[in-house]
Amino acid sequence: MSRSNQRWLLGAWLFFGSLLSSSVWADTQLNLTKGVTAVSREVYDLHMLVLYICTAIGVVVFGAMFWSMVFHRKSKGAKAADFHESTKVEVLWTAIPIIILISMAVPATSTLIDMENNDNSQVTIQITGSQWKWHYKYFDQGIEYYSVLSTPRAQYENQNGSFDGNGTDKGENYLLEVDKPLVIPANKKVRFLVTSDDVIHSWWVPAFAVKQDANPGFINEAWTKVDVPGIYRGQCAELCGKDHGFMPIVVEVKSEQDYDAWLNEQQALIAQAAEAEKASLDATMSKDELMKLGEATYMAYCAACHQPTGLGLPPTFPALKGSAVATQGTITEHISLIQKGKGMMPPFGKQLSLQEIAAIVTFERNAWGNDTGDLVQSVDVKMASEE
Amino acid sequence: MTTDTINDSLTDEHHGDSHDHKMTGIKRWLYTTNHKDIGTLYLWFSFIMLLIGGALAMVIRAELFQPGLQIVEPDFFNQLTTTHGLIMVFGAIMPAFTGFANWMIPMMIGAPDMALPRMNNWSFWILPFAFAILISSFFMESGAPNFGWTFYAPLSTTYSNGSTAFFVFAVHIMGISSIMGAINIVVTIMNLRAPGMSYMKMPLFVWTFFITAYLLIAVMPVLAGLVTMLLTDTYFGTSFFDAAGGGDPVMFQHIFWFFGHPEVYIMILPAFGIVSTIIPAFARKKLFGYSSMVYATASIALLSFIVWAHHMFTTGMPLFGELFFMYCTMLIAVPTGVKVFNWVATMWRGSMTFEMPMMFSIAFVILFTIGGFSGLMLAMTPIDFQYHDTYFVVAHFHYVLVTGSLFSIFAGAYYWLPKWTGHMYSESLAKWHFWCSIISVNLLFFPMHFLGLAGMPRRIPDYALQFADFNKWVSIGGFAFGLSQLIFLAVVIKCIKGGDKASAKPWDGAEGLEWTVASPAPYHTFSTPPKVD
Repeated sequence: MSRSNQRWLLGAWLFFGSLLSSSVWADTQLNLTKGVTAVSREVYDLHMLVLYICTAIGVVVFGAMFWSMVFHRKSKGAKAADFHESTKVEVLWTAIPIIILISMAVPATSTLIDMENNDNSQVTIQITGSQWKWHYKYFDQGIEYYSVLSTPRAQYENQNGSFDGNGTDKGENYLLEVDKPLVIPANKKVRFLVTSDDVIHSWWVPAFAVKQDANPGFINEAWTKVDVPGIYRGQCAELCGKDHGFMPIVVEVKSEQDYDAWLNEQQALIAQAAEAEKASLDATMSKDELMKLGEATYMAYCAACHQPTGLGLPPTFPALKGSAVATQGTITEHISLIQKGKGMMPPFGKQLSLQEIAAIVTFERNAWGNDTGDLVQSVDVKMASEE
Repeated sequence: MTTDTINDSLTDEHHGDSHDHKMTGIKRWLYTTNHKDIGTLYLWFSFIMLLIGGALAMVIRAELFQPGLQIVEPDFFNQLTTTHGLIMVFGAIMPAFTGFANWMIPMMIGAPDMALPRMNNWSFWILPFAFAILISSFFMESGAPNFGWTFYAPLSTTYSNGSTAFFVFAVHIMGISSIMGAINIVVTIMNLRAPGMSYMKMPLFVWTFFITAYLLIAVMPVLAGLVTMLLTDTYFGTSFFDAAGGGDPVMFQHIFWFFGHPEVYIMILPAFGIVSTIIPAFARKKLFGYSSMVYATASIALLSFIVWAHHMFTTGMPLFGELFFMYCTMLIAVPTGVKVFNWVATMWRGSMTFEMPMMFSIAFVILFTIGGFSGLMLAMTPIDFQYHDTYFVVAHFHYVLVTGSLFSIFAGAYYWLPKWTGHMYSESLAKWHFWCSIISVNLLFFPMHFLGLAGMPRRIPDYALQFADFNKWVSIGGFAFGLSQLIFLAVVIKCIKGGDKASAKPWDGAEGLEWTVASPAPYHTFSTPPKVD
């Protein structure tokens, strides 16, 4: 190896060495987050411990290698020694790693025991993943809702024209924002029951050091106790199909007072929605109103698979433009399909209001040249679901 | 190990005789039962697969160059990541090692050929069909497999895009090919060693392939069973992995990783063998701790059967299971450490030169060890909850598979090219290959550690803005690394076409029976076994 090669190697080594040292990146969050829970801080400390141990071993081993590469080279007249075994040395470098490993296993074990202790929780929330959104259910308060990506499609499809590769056309929390975040109280042990409606998902919030797979048909447990109120973001961590990259998690941690206020507000909203639902049964919406609401709801709930163009992504996601269901089938069947789902299509009955379903059906039967002229009202949806 | 050298005149005479029975044209390759021809076929096949898998990776990196969806749809992105993984694992790395086994094992143990030559032919020739099936699914209505190379149910069953049957059939053929190749290696090593070559006198290269072949025979049938269950779940109404019918999607992962973890060592143990051959040759000093190397390889292989669930810490395992798999996994660091220390001790007070086989081997030791460090970090269950399914994992397994396995393949290719072709490769062109690769590969994979730690999940087609800068670097590294491999192609073609004539033993520190025959190696070697003291 020539002298210039040596310099290259040295340069490369310094470069990567400097990337490793935590001081360089202290402010830029390139290391693991310390997080906002006792567990996440323990995890962080463990991470740093192992990182330092590995770095130290690396310095010793690579140091010895580079030393011999510099000094034991033939071009410098080095003559090869003829030793090729030494029981003493070999026992030593088997024993020392074992001791190091034990010193790492002890704190890891105690942290793990903490993480897996789900007892004595004060709040229990069921988290259900489905393609591609999260559903949160507060067991004791009767509150439940879906949480869906709120970044506009125009942003991730680069439709704003100003795309310059630096993301200036994208919002601050691009792909990490939702319509309704999960809300939990600070300083209370919150237990999560995690499951799935379809494929495996994984609920991950780095600041809590919680990552738990959502397995269909089974329920997993995890817990957190957050010290600092604030907004924390995460993402689905298990490949779950097409829009795996588009199902973020946002958790809003509120002080106990604010949390209680939020609960009351939610319960009031539920009562209001029930009122509105009842009222909508008597109301008749115009075609324009139905189409407008239908398009907005379609874009939020249906367009991920059936596409804004109604062309779908065959064969997995069928087209609606000119489809039998939207043009020839009965309105009742159309409503029932949306409410109950079929095959890969999830049921939407419990996440959409009667009015929204009526609007979607109207929209799908009149958009993209499907001009059936059908108008569907909330009361039709109600009747269809009772059949 | 000392060997009775066969003198050159004898082998020349042998080379000159007319008992080659070599057919000409395409028939030579279709009908061949010669271990050298089949080795060559495997090596070329794996290189083509490397280029195809690499091209897919470059499309992935092009999409991830900037935030937003630019080039491919998310569903097609998943098809790319899935086929990239499958092609690289089953098409590039594994067949390349089988190519080395075919070429070198008979020559290293003084055997005339592999023990089962016709099966050898078949095990190679079904491979192109397996990959033709896999790749052709890109051009079908369903699209290619889109559920990740780990094909977790139920994403690959109820929720798949219709490519499952093709995927299962392709994997079955790959599995049959691997099992046949492995049986051949075991039978050859057990029965065809030259008189006097006891097991503990075998070159370490042969030992690592021997152990790897046992791993293959043990776990490929598990994979075959798994994909069959997948097939019946998808098309015949069984419910192995469907809770609604009494099955369990997590059981899929247990079975997959019971195959998958030994599979990881199937892809790295032969690399240990190659590097353990090359480092002593260029340090001009015997391999340090030969017997501890053998025992370390065997213990890694045995441990590989009891660590599988460390891929599944977040699936909701009980505490006891998490602790058991954490401790066992950490234990693997011990024999792996022994290997690294032995390589360093082999270099220590040697008389080193730095031709390309040595350069790639040194790069292997350093970069594989970095992959080992991140592996140790991943073994720790509490922190794995943070690392799991992020780019930290992507960085880890690319360090061990690319700068580990692939670099050992390059090292081996440079080391034995003179023996294979009879010509020395161009050292200056090879230097370009090495330096371009080493710089770009680190630019490609090192920043992935930071992306993962900062919270970027793997297998996503678009990402939050804080990940944008590193992804740009990573993509540039990816394009450069991909293109650098074309230099390797140029080196190999140039070497086949001509170059300085190679002597029977072009490396003065090299040891082993393969260097006692002429370069290029005659079509038939060791028709009479050599004697080993």
